[in-house]
Amino acid sequence: MNIRLDSRLMRVLAPTLVGLLGLALWQLAVTAYDVPFYLVPSPALVLKTLVQDAALLFGSLGVTLRVTAWALASAVVFGVLLAFLFVQSRLLELSLFPYAVLLQVTPIVAIAPLIIIWVSDPAIALVICATIVAIFPIISNTTTGLRSVDPGLAEFFRLCKAGRWQTLVRLRIPSALPYFFAGLKVSGGLALIGAVVAEFVAGTGGTASGLAYQILLAGLQLNIPRLFAALLLITLAGVAIFFLVSVLAHLALRRWHESELRSEP
Amino acid sequence: MQARPLRCRTGQMTKGSKHDVQQGEFQHGIWHYGNIYVTIYADQTGFSSPERRLSLAAVAIDIDGVSRTYPNGLRAIERVDLRVQAGEFVTLLGPSGCGKSTLLRMIAGLVPPTAGAIRLQPFAPGRAPLSYVFQSPTLMPWASVARNVRLPLELADMPEAEIARHVGEALALVGLADVADFYPRELSGGMQMRVSIARALVNDAPLLLMDEPFGALDEITRGRLDQEIRALWARRALTVLFVTHSVTEAVFLSTRVIVMAPRPGRILGEVSIAEAHPRADGFRLTPRFAEYCARLTELLALGGAGEDDLPGRPSGAFV
Ligand SMILES: Nc1ncnc2c1ncn2[C@@H]1O[C@H](COP(=O)(O)OP(=O)(O)OP(=O)(O)O)[C@@H](O)[C@H]1O
Ligand SMILES: [Mg+2]
Repeated sequence: MNIRLDSRLMRVLAPTLVGLLGLALWQLAVTAYDVPFYLVPSPALVLKTLVQDAALLFGSLGVTLRVTAWALASAVVFGVLLAFLFVQSRLLELSLFPYAVLLQVTPIVAIAPLIIIWVSDPAIALVICATIVAIFPIISNTTTGLRSVDPGLAEFFRLCKAGRWQTLVRLRIPSALPYFFAGLKVSGGLALIGAVVAEFVAGTGGTASGLAYQILLAGLQLNIPRLFAALLLITLAGVAIFFLVSVLAHLALRRWHESELRSEP
Repeated sequence: MQARPLRCRTGQMTKGSKHDVQQGEFQHGIWHYGNIYVTIYADQTGFSSPERRLSLAAVAIDIDGVSRTYPNGLRAIERVDLRVQAGEFVTLLGPSGCGKSTLLRMIAGLVPPTAGAIRLQPFAPGRAPLSYVFQSPTLMPWASVARNVRLPLELADMPEAEIARHVGEALALVGLADVADFYPRELSGGMQMRVSIARALVNDAPLLLMDEPFGALDEITRGRLDQEIRALWARRALTVLFVTHSVTEAVFLSTRVIVMAPRPGRILGEVSIAEAHPRADGFRLTPRFAEYCARLTELLALGGAGEDDLPGRPSGAFV
């Protein structure tokens, strides 16, 4: 059988094989060298813990995912709104954009405690932290996208006497979509990271039930297999978010944008 | 330096090359060969072409001493006077870079002239004054062919039922009715250009500006669209201003061909194509057609060689 390297099968098969190989080596090494489970648990033990503590861990996953989803949603809403404002007025962009950058470069661990003190509801505080982490790629990419209009098409709209609103809806927004989705792919992961980091910082002051809290607790109790299981869930959640956003981007862009066009196998 | 008069009535014009002829050397005037009329503007000033005397009411485009110098100092158009009557089919013919697109874009109001003025005929309020076919397709990549073509009508808030009828007609005209649901990137370059043409024809504007619309098309499609565009011009009583590099296309389509020259972009002269409508495809094979082409080629050569292969061809190449 002749499997082409870029075929759909290979795209799934190759990384899966590498993963399985890694897991097998890990399992082998842990058993061969008799590594104690409180240092490095074997993959099998991690899986067993995941099943045993499923109720606890999946409950926590739900809490973290809820924060992530709210943060991503508000990052999209506010990020896109800000981008609209920026392209409508150069002055507004000039005066506000540097602060968006400022927010981006300030480490969230440094501001999270403040936000947690200021905002009484811990869940809302976490959402705000994660939003701050996730919003910048949306603002920056959408602004670029809204400005990246084909000049010829812009002229055509001018010839048709299209109004500002018509131009925004029919020309600027569609032109910005590929950029927006590129930003969304980054922001999805960032929202999750933001949620986890904020929860770590909040510690017992937070919702005291997310995955980060479980990791914190498991670390203190030296329950390393559970720590690994929680870690695994976070990673899987991140991958799932990326996958979802990619599917969304694909659905929106597949018929026309270069980034979503596959070469035929 | 001795002026080089054009020997008229013999069917032979003295051709100038880039090196030994300068602007202003030619005798201006209206020359005729049999009954083909060639107008030569020695320069843009002090010479009044016959249509200058026409009544203003019939004028669709009045270009009055227009210049366009780009910010980088390039004189794309220099002191151009041109008056296009309503109902004319005028073609701008000239080598690459002589300012044809610039002139068209100024007429459409996309770039302002740096000197002079352009006036368009008054148009009915609420109706699009002009349609424009750009030199490249400039379609919305995210919209299907049909949605691209209906854009001008949607922007003008036309009722849905009417839009569908207009779009269907325009797509049928360019022979693309069967790909209405395709996306631009799924079409060939020539097909994209035809979509762009359909989009311009969809809104019945009285003035149609076309910038080399058929450049990317094969000979057969081009011939068919030449006929379609002439039929449409006659049926809708359009005024068409058409840009091309092709001498034969200019002759076949136009009632008048304006010959331009580069550096600086200016009008060299014009040839009236006094042939009745409709013109059969066989017109291209007649000696008269060849004669028109020869006159235009000679006129182009007066401007010196451009970046094109057009000027400098030996006359009679089309016979
Ligand atoms: N935006 C611009 N800025 C500076 N110079 C320009 C610009 N657009 C066109 N030009 C210059 O103006 C001159 C005329 O350009 P134009 O596009 O009008 O030529 P054209 O006759 O349409 O040529 P072609 O047949 O190749 O389309 C060219 O020399 C070109 O370099
Ligand atoms: Mg051009």
